[in-house]
Amino acid sequence: MQEYNFAYLDEQTKRMIRRAILKGLAVPGYQVPFASREMPMPYGWGTGGVQVSAAVLMPEDVMKVIDQGADDTTNAVSIRKFFERTAGVDTTERTSDADVIQTRHRIPEEALREDQILVYQVPIPEPLRFLEPRETETRKMHALEEYGLMHVKLYEDIARNGAIATAYAYPVRVEGRYVMDPSPIPKFDNPKLEMAAIQLFGAGREQRIYALPPYCNVVSLDFEDYPFEASKADHACDLCGCETSYLDEVIVDDAGGRMFVCSDTDFCRGRRAAGHIGVQGTPFEEDAA
Amino acid sequence: MTPLFQVKSLSKFYGNRIGCKDVSFDLYPGEVMGIVGESGSGKSTLLNCLAGHLEPDTGEVLFNTRTDGLRDTVTMSEPERRMLGRTDWAFVHQHARDGLRMGVSAGGNVGERLMAVGARNYGAIREQAIDWLGRVEIAEDRVDDRPSAFSGGMQQRLQIARNLVTGPRLVFMDEPTGGLDVSVQARLLDLLRGLVREMGLSAIIVTHDLAVVRLLADRLMVMKDGHVVETGLTDQVLDDPQHGYTQLLVSSVLQV
Repeated sequence: MQEYNFAYLDEQTKRMIRRAILKGLAVPGYQVPFASREMPMPYGWGTGGVQVSAAVLMPEDVMKVIDQGADDTTNAVSIRKFFERTAGVDTTERTSDADVIQTRHRIPEEALREDQILVYQVPIPEPLRFLEPRETETRKMHALEEYGLMHVKLYEDIARNGAIATAYAYPVRVEGRYVMDPSPIPKFDNPKLEMAAIQLFGAGREQRIYALPPYCNVVSLDFEDYPFEASKADHACDLCGCETSYLDEVIVDDAGGRMFVCSDTDFCRGRRAAGHIGVQGTPFEEDAA
Repeated sequence: MTPLFQVKSLSKFYGNRIGCKDVSFDLYPGEVMGIVGESGSGKSTLLNCLAGHLEPDTGEVLFNTRTDGLRDTVTMSEPERRMLGRTDWAFVHQHARDGLRMGVSAGGNVGERLMAVGARNYGAIREQAIDWLGRVEIAEDRVDDRPSAFSGGMQQRLQIARNLVTGPRLVFMDEPTGGLDVSVQARLLDLLRGLVREMGLSAIIVTHDLAVVRLLADRLMVMKDGHVVETGLTDQVLDDPQHGYTQLLVSSVLQV
């Protein structure tokens, strides 16, 4: 492994990214600009998250990568392989064994610990972007705490749909100061943003890094008469029978057949291994997956 | 009596050219002042300097704030000025598209200023939005339509509702009736006159249409090449113009 520096990026770049991360942790929710590098993957595939992971990864760390909660989808598999090859770190699919978890659009069901780091891939870091297209103006709005516009978006939701229909990338206010886009996680995960682990957000194309330190106060925006609600499909997992986890709806045939399964594959497997069986589940076998 | 708004020798230059030069006036609560002049006479430059959109080169723009009395808005901090801009001040643009969010429903447009100052109850915001749409003669069932589905006159009325919903004390208007046909203009003027009297608003109206100031303005300021050439009560200036340019302006109006 002499072709690459440890974890692909050179040390000066990692230093630059670490500075941005530290600044982000010092000012929770503030978007810190950083000089994003070209990565050997297209924008939109997690270039920001990969750079942040590369900057925090240590040789003895164990890494886990998930995509929409699953360990075995293309994005997760290719990023995991990328770090296996360029950093030579051990990887795992078990949430509790991982030191660094890079995620796309989900927070693991299992509560994270203080010694873990959760890295998010962020497509559009600016929560005000679709309401105010000018970057100069949105920066000013953040600086002056002019966040009324964010509620205009929620107002429109209620006026059109009778309820706040925003189901993912639900805006939050951090420590009573910055309004932040939590990346496109389902709003079901929003309450979990107040957690023990360090959370880092990397947006490669938009060249922004932001962060939530442990136990940070994170409030989802809402109206007094339309309070925030962490919603999920009204079902139990068909494989493991869990009633509290976030579910994916899977179409299984062309006759209207469908099943609901945990989006967090590691969580679901752990429950099945412990003997829980859902309506369509089969008894767990170690090599069945 | 303290003036609500006081301008002291305000000047704005664009390089060597004059935008407006040495403008001073006082505006008292409940008073409506018109600024007239031909294109390029510095009316809009002056209005933008007054409303804080442009930074004047010299001079003071004092506003009688609710808490601290007369304050110079040119030197006050940007957050304070922007706060004024969405509470005590309102700005009605000539083109409604500049003043509205075209992708947001009429109710959202009216509610934006309320939410910007901290309203967080959907029911109350909506009720107030509907109330204001009624006051500018827009039917309640249009509250969820986007402004792009409105006619030009309705867009302009919506813009006025959006601006007045927080109960401002001073309204800046830049050619509020420009681009509307005469019958729509007449209704809009009627509406504006009613609202200004009813709410006791002070207003500064920039226009080149003398009929507009005749109807709305108490006082008149005539501008030419960046200078104020004549001021006085509206009827006095229009019926007995003293300055040559004002005489030309008054005599240029077509009589039907």
